[in-house]
Amino acid sequence: MSNKTDMIGKPIQHESALAQVTGQAIYIDDMPELPQTLHLAFGRSDKAHAKILSMDLAKVREFPGVAAVFCASDIIGKNDVSPVAGDDPLFASEKVIYHGQALFVVAANSRIIARKAANLASVEYQELPAILTISQAKDAGARLEVCQIMRRGDATKSIANSAHQVSGNLSTGAQDHFYLEGQITYALPLEDGQMKVFSSTQHPSEVQMGIAHVLGLPSNKVMVEIRRMGGGFGGKETQALLIAAAAALVADKTGRPAKLCLDRDDDMIMTGKRHGFEMSYEIGFDENGLIAGAKFDLASDCGCSMDLSAAINDRAMFHLDNAYFLPNVIIRSERFRTNKVSATAFRGFGGPQGMILIERVMDHIANELGLDPLIVRQRNFYAKGRDITPYGQQVTDFELPEIVEQLVTSSDYSKRYAEISNWNEQNQNIKRGLNLSVVKFGISFTTGFLNQAGALVHVYRDGSVVLNHGGTEMGQGLFVKVAQIVAQVFGLDVSQIQVTATATDKVPNTSATAASSGSDLNGMAAKIAAETISQRLAKFVAKKFNCDKDQVEFIDGKVCFNDQKVPFSEITDLAYLARISLSSTGFYATPDIFYDRTKHQGSPFLYYAYGAAISEVELDVMTGEARLRRVDILHSCGKSLNPAIDLGQIEGGFVQGIGWLGNEEVCFDDKGRLTTHAPSTYKIPTASDRPDHFNIALFDSEDTEIKTVYRSKAVGEPPFMLAISYHGALRAAVEAVGNDGFTELNAPATPETLLRAMTAR
Amino acid sequence: MRMKQLQTINFVLNGQQFSVPITDTQQSLLAFLRDNLRKTGTKEGCNEGDCGACTVVIGRPSTGNVKYEAVNACILLLAQVDNCELITVEGVQGDDGALHPVQQALVDYHGSQCGFCTPGFVMSLYAHYRNRLPADRQSLKDTMAGNLCRCTGYGPILAAGQAMYNYPEPKGEVTPENLSIVPQDDSQNLDDQIFAPKTEEELQELLQLYPDATLWAGGTDTGLWLTKKLQHLPQIILLGKIATLNFVKDTKQGLSIGAMASYSDVMAIVADKWPNFAEVIRRTGSTQIRNSGTIGGNIANGSPIGDMAPILIVLGAKLILRKQEQQREILLEDFFIEYGKQDLAAGEYLAEILIPKQAEKLNLATWKISKRFDQDISAVLAAFSWEADGDKIADIRIAFGGMAATPKRAKTTENILRDNVVTDDLLDQACEALNEDFTPLSDMRASSSYRQQIAQNLLRKAFAAVPVSLAKAGS
Repeated sequence: MSNKTDMIGKPIQHESALAQVTGQAIYIDDMPELPQTLHLAFGRSDKAHAKILSMDLAKVREFPGVAAVFCASDIIGKNDVSPVAGDDPLFASEKVIYHGQALFVVAANSRIIARKAANLASVEYQELPAILTISQAKDAGARLEVCQIMRRGDATKSIANSAHQVSGNLSTGAQDHFYLEGQITYALPLEDGQMKVFSSTQHPSEVQMGIAHVLGLPSNKVMVEIRRMGGGFGGKETQALLIAAAAALVADKTGRPAKLCLDRDDDMIMTGKRHGFEMSYEIGFDENGLIAGAKFDLASDCGCSMDLSAAINDRAMFHLDNAYFLPNVIIRSERFRTNKVSATAFRGFGGPQGMILIERVMDHIANELGLDPLIVRQRNFYAKGRDITPYGQQVTDFELPEIVEQLVTSSDYSKRYAEISNWNEQNQNIKRGLNLSVVKFGISFTTGFLNQAGALVHVYRDGSVVLNHGGTEMGQGLFVKVAQIVAQVFGLDVSQIQVTATATDKVPNTSATAASSGSDLNGMAAKIAAETISQRLAKFVAKKFNCDKDQVEFIDGKVCFNDQKVPFSEITDLAYLARISLSSTGFYATPDIFYDRTKHQGSPFLYYAYGAAISEVELDVMTGEARLRRVDILHSCGKSLNPAIDLGQIEGGFVQGIGWLGNEEVCFDDKGRLTTHAPSTYKIPTASDRPDHFNIALFDSEDTEIKTVYRSKAVGEPPFMLAISYHGALRAAVEAVGNDGFTELNAPATPETLLRAMTAR
Repeated sequence: MRMKQLQTINFVLNGQQFSVPITDTQQSLLAFLRDNLRKTGTKEGCNEGDCGACTVVIGRPSTGNVKYEAVNACILLLAQVDNCELITVEGVQGDDGALHPVQQALVDYHGSQCGFCTPGFVMSLYAHYRNRLPADRQSLKDTMAGNLCRCTGYGPILAAGQAMYNYPEPKGEVTPENLSIVPQDDSQNLDDQIFAPKTEEELQELLQLYPDATLWAGGTDTGLWLTKKLQHLPQIILLGKIATLNFVKDTKQGLSIGAMASYSDVMAIVADKWPNFAEVIRRTGSTQIRNSGTIGGNIANGSPIGDMAPILIVLGAKLILRKQEQQREILLEDFFIEYGKQDLAAGEYLAEILIPKQAEKLNLATWKISKRFDQDISAVLAAFSWEADGDKIADIRIAFGGMAATPKRAKTTENILRDNVVTDDLLDQACEALNEDFTPLSDMRASSSYRQQIAQNLLRKAFAAVPVSLAKAGS
């Protein structure tokens, strides 16, 4: 069966674009509220680490307009909203372990009443020493798990035997997701003990299971649904459950609909962020800059509980090689517990922290040898015979040499590199920097069982199609991509495919829409479902019209066979009358991946996503203010399913990355209180932080071996790490001040950080 | 006569006339739109005027005309829209239902991803379009500085803005919608009062009766007292209708700014006189905030980090304060007593800010240093004014924001520089003196040492032979 309809590779608009620009797209807070709806707010801990001696909620309950207040003792099931380790209580009962931790939930007639009442609790604490930094955690031995080690060969010996050595330190900060739509849940109690929950979550199945645990119900009593989120970025993967469970608890207890829409400040205080890392390296290399041995020590601030920290820190280890062969290497990864909100998934999932360290190493080697860092990168690239990662996976699809070559040419890198050297010699007050960095990002969940997805496709008698799958739409364009795939199978236009809200009672046991895997997994599952139906139709047509079923084609709304072209809708109606099932599920599990975590060896990724970026910056020597002047990106999406969507992911990811490395500074005070808890103090990039010279192109991938849906590649996370070139360029600009030696620069590189780095020279 | 409370307000929303009783004096326009009208296109992103998801366009009467401006609905009181025209994302399509050019361009250029910020961008760009502002990138970035997007990286939205004039003009005016109001069943505190005096006499009368009432100018600061501090304000006096407080005039004495003049109004006039002053205003808040916010309010509330005060201080600005029939004039620099305390008596109000005529040869240098260029609060705001007397510096004034609990002059430093020739040595001495003038705090915006170093560096920058600064983005 062949297929000539061309829905794949087209720059089709986001499926909700029209609804979004007209204000008609419905987010959870926009849903009509049922009568008797209660509005909720959390009561929060105002200590980072303390025993709760007593909690008096009388004033909260008495506040006019308050209907109910619930705390830990009201939970019938398990007081836990953690994804893995059982260490995140919904409400703290005996002890609080971070400032802002939920103590109770207030249900009131309005949100403002609930918020005001929530401040009226009187809680007596006995303060305990709080661990607020990685170094304090190190001193206290506060680990969430034992130090993880990945190694090959004898790094220490090969470093010692090398002609050259460098070593250094790098710390990277936390980052708030700042999805524009804050965390929200609307829970409706139904008959028969069932609960319908609208949750802004990337992981409806986990929310379903978590609510079932908290309420002491089997999963079949809880239905979780999400049509769209106003952004997720990893922040609504595990974090949504806290909000959802509190709302479901109130709905269950009161029998009334309950809505919990966090105020922005509460959202930022109560939900997790990207892990801050403190890292160091020791590298041995030859006179050409070729690495012989590498030692890396990583330490991360995981916050107060495990959450997904094990997998996130593992992914940092997986990306310490990035694109470079490390013949002898040891990576030690410490995961520290602190009295701060538990750090969580955020686009890149530990990958960015690992990757920025090895990219820094390349710049350090180049400085040591007086080489262009680009050359050092190219020399250390994976290559034939040098193609096994530290965790033992063979790199078979390495696209970077070509990507970098094309990008260097298209961006005029060499000429600009020389011009910038000249500029820096002639200008004392404004320094410029240019840097190329590359991305090789492993695609698949490294927790193997998560690599599965389900879909549900219905075709109605009139030929119209409904599509449902386990992936969630958070703006990334998953729904339109999967609809394109289904349209392609049926030879229809994408407009004929109705996408529907993700719901646990339609497709069960789903994985989070995360790890960039949304369209890889759900696209494949939907393709399988659609093909099951199209094959049934082909078989039916073959029998009815006496032709070879392999000759039946679905093209441009027609079913074609024997020189006949019959409208799709006629065939579906005939098939219905002939009692052919027009509905199918589809199920996909990623093949060929395995990993032994005890040894940190295996082949955890189905493939790698690749890209490269060149950033040019300008730095005010007297103030530390920096401007991004120009960016050039060449990124591979394999055979892009939708270039418009993919370009949007690349640019959006990059700009989010410059936020992480630039001005997004998450600050806590010495009591463990988050001091950057609103956009007034926490500064994500604005339009003027984007350079006008911003050239983004998709690499024309020739990879024909790749086993993905229509040979496309994942694009959600990889471009985020292209922003490492921005940080590299800033570091280069700092280095243009003062002496010739190498300069360190931490992230985020705020004007203050930059000025301090320059002053140190 | 006794001034009547504001009980019913009248406005036009998307072409439909509304007459609404005020049942909750503290209610924001956003809450009214979403909860009472069930118009949910306008979103709540941050509830403090920093993200722009709640942007709506307001048409306010202005000298016989109507001025259409983007504002943040989350920190605008419903009561503030009395006698105004409002346009929300639901009301910008033509009467044939066709998308407005702004909307169509956003669709065509893939300007929405998660879509939550999109209605806000539509409305900011709609105001831009409606005022026929130029579609160059810098103008668009200024328009969009108050709209955060976390998905797109802004490129597609800028591209849509650049293309929006290429689309056919929208047909007809907005179609009136038939909306009904959902009453809030919450019992409101009926003792709460809100007033909207039209004259200063009425204001004075109210202040005599309620000396502790909250004076509400633009609401870009006081709005947060409600949404974030969760305060209850029993008496609110809206100042928006008092024509004699809303003006910007070039007079013989100097530039006279009414207490209710918005940042946007002042920016337009200041731009010719002092471009670097205007540049600081451009970087203060966002378009939405500057359209609502007033310089008078910023001063009267005594913010230590307000961007305007240091510049106004070095320009020798005076305040005109009124209480009943009495009027007094004080220097702005004397107005700030300590953190949160201003020289303002109970029942007294700020009426006017006067920037005296400046000498022809006056030099004004001013910089705003913040983590982010646009829409950020200063870590340090530095302002320098001086005249050159031959080689010597005469008449120098230096003031800083962010360096002390109030905006403050650097008098020790001024004394070092005054009547002296600028040399490296003198600048070193002046930098030393700054440490005597200021002992700044460390907070989430900057450390004490960075503030100190920046203050010194900016002082050096002010007197450098060739002043150097980063170009604006992309230029």
